[in-house]
Amino acid sequence: MPRVVIPVRCVKTDMRMPVPDTPTIARRQQIVGALRRIVPDGVIADEAAMRPYECDGLAVYRQIPLVVVLPSTVEQVSAILRYCNANNVKIVPRGAGTSLSGGALPLADAVTIGLGRFNRILEIDWDNRCVVAQPGVTNLAITNAVQHRGFYYAPDPSSQIACSIGGNVAENAGGVHCLKYGLTTNNVLGLQIVLPDGEVVRVGGRHQPEGEGYDLMGLLTGSEGLLGIVTEVTVRILRKPETVRAMLMGFASNEAAGDAVAAIIGAGVVPAGLEMMDRLAIHAAEEFVHAGYPLDVEALLIAELDGPQAEVDYLVERVAAIAARCGAACVRVSASEDERLRFWAGRKAAFPAVGRISPDYLCMDGTIPRRRLAEVLARIRALSEKHGLRVANVFHAGDGNLHPLILFDANRPGELERAEEFGADILRLCVEVGGVLTGEHGVGVEKRDLMPVMFDEVDLEQQQRVKCAFDAGGLLNPGKVFPTLHNCAEMGRLRVSGGQLPFPDLPRF
Amino acid sequence: MGDPLIATDEASARDAIGWAVSEKTPIEIMGGGTKRALGRPIQVARGLSLAGLSGIEDYEPSELVMTAWAGTSLAEIEATLAANGQRLAFEPPDYRALLGGAADGATIGAVFSCNLAGPRRTAAGAARDHLLGIRGVNGRGEIFKAGGRVVKNVTGFDLCKLVAGSFGTLAALTQVTFRVFPIPEAEATVLVIGLLEQDAVAVMIEGAQSPHEVSGAAHLPAGIAALSGVSAVGGAGRAVTALRVEGPAPSVVHRVAALRRCFAPLGEIEVLEAEGSQAFWREVRDVTPFAGDSRLVWRLAVPPAGGAAVVAEVGRRIEAEAILDRGGGCVWLATAQKAEEAAGAVRDAAATVGGSATLIRAPEAVRSHADVFPPLAAGLRDLTARVKRAFDPLGLLNPGRMYAGL
Ligand SMILES: Cc1cc2nc3c(=O)[nH]c(=O)nc-3n(C[C@H](O)[C@H](O)[C@H](O)COP(=O)(O)OP(=O)(O)OC[C@H]3O[C@@H](n4cnc5c(N)ncnc54)[C@H](O)[C@@H]3O)c2cc1C
Repeated sequence: MPRVVIPVRCVKTDMRMPVPDTPTIARRQQIVGALRRIVPDGVIADEAAMRPYECDGLAVYRQIPLVVVLPSTVEQVSAILRYCNANNVKIVPRGAGTSLSGGALPLADAVTIGLGRFNRILEIDWDNRCVVAQPGVTNLAITNAVQHRGFYYAPDPSSQIACSIGGNVAENAGGVHCLKYGLTTNNVLGLQIVLPDGEVVRVGGRHQPEGEGYDLMGLLTGSEGLLGIVTEVTVRILRKPETVRAMLMGFASNEAAGDAVAAIIGAGVVPAGLEMMDRLAIHAAEEFVHAGYPLDVEALLIAELDGPQAEVDYLVERVAAIAARCGAACVRVSASEDERLRFWAGRKAAFPAVGRISPDYLCMDGTIPRRRLAEVLARIRALSEKHGLRVANVFHAGDGNLHPLILFDANRPGELERAEEFGADILRLCVEVGGVLTGEHGVGVEKRDLMPVMFDEVDLEQQQRVKCAFDAGGLLNPGKVFPTLHNCAEMGRLRVSGGQLPFPDLPRF
Repeated sequence: MGDPLIATDEASARDAIGWAVSEKTPIEIMGGGTKRALGRPIQVARGLSLAGLSGIEDYEPSELVMTAWAGTSLAEIEATLAANGQRLAFEPPDYRALLGGAADGATIGAVFSCNLAGPRRTAAGAARDHLLGIRGVNGRGEIFKAGGRVVKNVTGFDLCKLVAGSFGTLAALTQVTFRVFPIPEAEATVLVIGLLEQDAVAVMIEGAQSPHEVSGAAHLPAGIAALSGVSAVGGAGRAVTALRVEGPAPSVVHRVAALRRCFAPLGEIEVLEAEGSQAFWREVRDVTPFAGDSRLVWRLAVPPAGGAAVVAEVGRRIEAEAILDRGGGCVWLATAQKAEEAAGAVRDAAATVGGSATLIRAPEAVRSHADVFPPLAAGLRDLTARVKRAFDPLGLLNPGRMYAGL
C-alpha cells in the first residue's frame, strides 16, 4: 500500500491571506473557554499540540490556528457554529488534511474544526446499494466495509487510505476510476450539513433525487468548506466488476501516446482508467517499486478495462490494436491479478517516487481537452527549460487531467518562487487551450489568485453571491477560492440602469 | 401574455432581461415550450424565448463533449450525435404526448434547466451529471459563465448543478457544454413475465447487485404492459419486469444468458433485441402508458428497495396505477382522485421511505394552487430563497414556477 507522503521541508509565509483580526486574537481565552463548554474533551489550545494542524498536503503554507476543536456530534458542530456566528469568529473545516491546494490551511484568527472524531460508518444498506458514513471515515474504509460482499465505492483518490469522505465531498475528489464511474459528485446520494449559522439541514437521501428543489447537494460538493460543514454522507456503492485487466503500452513519443488516448476514447471504448506517465516519471517509479516498466520509451499508458470477462477480452484486443496503429513500442496485458497490481504499483507510487529524486516538488492539477495533450506536454517541456526546473508528468490521461510534478529544492534561494511561477504558467496554459485550473485538487489558496484567468469579475461575483446566501458574515473558510473578498451587502446591491431600453429593438413575433 | 421577446443572440437575451430589471417586470423564460405544463404555471406579462439562440458551437467527437446554444433543438443534437455514433447517455425523455401542448421539439437548454432523465439514470446519472459548463443571463441582466469545457473540473463552485433543475428560475441559459457518450454496439432486454410488484423489485435489486451492469430496470403491471406497442410486452397478458444490458456484442450475449439463467426459475423469460429493446425503453422513458388519459401523474423518487411498498401504501388510500422504473427508485403513478386527496396519499407514502413526489401532469388550475414539487423543509426553504436572490434579487425570472412566492 503506498504511503501518503507529504513534503514538509519548505515553508512559505508570504501567501496573501486576509489580515488576522486582532480583537479576535485578543479574545482567544474567552473563545477557548466557550469551545470547552461545548466540547469538554476536544479542545486543543496548546501551541505544540496544535502543530499537526498547521498545514494540509500543501505544506509550503503553514499557520498555527487560533484553536482546534474536535467535535464528535452534530449537536456540537451546530453549537460551535452558532457560537462562532454570534461572536464573529472565523472557522476552517478540516478532514484528514490531505488537501493539495491549501483548503484546510488554518488562519491565525480562526477556529479549526477537525472532523476526525466522526469516524463511524452508520449503516450499510445493501438493497439500496448505499453506505451512510460520518465525514471523518476514510475513503478506503468505505470500500473495506463492503468488499466482503463484492461491492466498492468507486471514486478512489491516490490518498484514499488517509483522506476523509467529508473532505472528498468538499473537494469533489476524483481518482483513477473517475473516467468510467464519475467523480464524488456523481456518487453522493445524500448529505447532512451544518450551515454557518448552526442550522442543520439534509439534502438528498438514499434515492436519486428528482425535483427536490435546487441541487444544493451538487453545489455543496466541491465547495471547499466555504458553504457548510458536512456531518454525514450517503454514497452509492457499486458491484465489483467480474473481471479487471490492465494494459501497459509504451510509446516513443508523448505525441504518439496522446494520439492513442484520443483514438481509444474516440473509438467508443471507455476504460475504467487510462493513465499516462512520461520518461522522468517512468524511471523514478521503476527505481522505486520495480514495476517492470519499459525504460526505453518516452511515454507509458496504463489502461484498465473492467466488466464481464467476454467484454474485457474483447476490449483488450481493440485497445491493443489501436495502440499498435498509433505506433506503440510495446503492449503488455496483465495475465493475473498480481501482474495487474504490479502494473499499477508504479503509477500509484509515482508521487513518492518523484519525491525520492528531488528534495521537493509541487503537484499541479489542470485539465485540458484531450486532443491538446501532446501539444501541452511539449509546451510544458519548453516552460521547464525556461524556468530551469525539471518536471515529471503522471496523470489521468483519459479525462485530460494533468498532474505535472515540478521538481525543486526549497533550500536554494528563489527556487520555490520559480517553481510556483512555473506552475502558474502551466495552469494559464491549460486555460488557454480550453481547459481549467483544477481538475480534482481544488482552488484553495494555491490557485486562488489565478481564478481571474478563467473567470471574469461577473462570473466571480455570481459565485460569491451564492457564498453570501450561505454565509453572509463570510466566516467559513475565508481567504480560500476567491481572490478578493467582497462585502455581501455591497454585492447584493443592484445597479439598475433605468432609461436605456433595448426592448424596442428586440425582434418579436 | 403579450408576444414573447425573441433572443437571437446572447446580447439580446441580456438586453431583454436588462429591460425587465429596469422595468421591474417579471418574465417567463422559454425554450421550445414543450415543458410549459411542467411545474407551476407562471402568470407574467412577458415571455422571453431562447429558441432562436441556436446552433452547435463546438463538437469534437473524440473529446466526448459538445457545446451548443441553449435554443438548439434536442432533435438536432441527437441527430448530430447519432451520425457520429454517440448519444446523450442520460436518455432525455420526450413528454410531449404525456403533457400535451407544443408540437415543436424540446431545446437543449430546457432539457438541462429541467434536469430530466430517463431509465438509464441509475447507470448514467441525470442531466445534471452531464452538464459541464454554462453561459447564461442572471436576474440582474448580467451574462455570466460557470464550469468549463472539460470533463473534470473543480474550479470554483459548481453552479451548473444549481442551474440544472432550477426551471429557469435562476438564470436564462444561453449556452450549455455537456458530456456525450458512445452508443454501445449492442443492447438487449431480458423480460421476466408475471411477477408481483414486490417480487419484481427483488428481481431488479438482484439485477442491480449483479456484475452484469444493468442499465435499465422497470416493472409494468399487466394492465399497463398490455398497452405496449412492443409485441412481446403488449401480448404477454401478464406483468412484465424488464432488465436492459448494453455494451459490446459479445458482452451483451454473455450477460443476457447470465440474467436468463438467474431469473428463469421465477417466470417465463423473453428477450428483446435491438429495435424491440429501444422501442420498449422509449415507452418507459416517455411514460407513454399514461399519455392517453387525463388522470394526475406523479413521479416519486424513492430508495429503490422501497418502490413496491410505496405503491402498496398509496393503494391502501386511493386508486392508482403504477409503473416502476429505475429498479424501483422511480415510481410513476396515475391517480384519478381530487388533487388534494391524491397529494396527501402520494406524498405521505413517499415520505414513509424517505423519498419525494412531484406532480408531473395536472390541469393548470390544480398546478397553480397545489404544490407541484415536493414541499421544502423549513430550513431549506429559507436557504432556497436566499440562493434564488443571489441570482435574481428582484424575483423576475419564472416567478412561482417551482414554489409559490419564489
Ligand atoms: C499523496 C496525495 C495524493 C492525492 N491524490 C488525489 C487524487 O488522486 N484525487 C483527488 O481528487 N485528490 C487527491 N489528493 C488530494 C486530497 O486527498 C483530496 O482533496 C481529499 O478529498 C481531501 O480530503 P481530506 O479529508 O484530507 O480534506 P482536508 O484536506 O482536511 O480538507 C480539504 C478541504 O475540505 C474542507 N473540508 C474537509 N472536511 C470537511 C467537512 N466535513 N465539511 C466541510 N468541509 C470540509 C476543508 O476546509 C478544505 O477546504 C491527494 C493528496 C495527496 C496528499
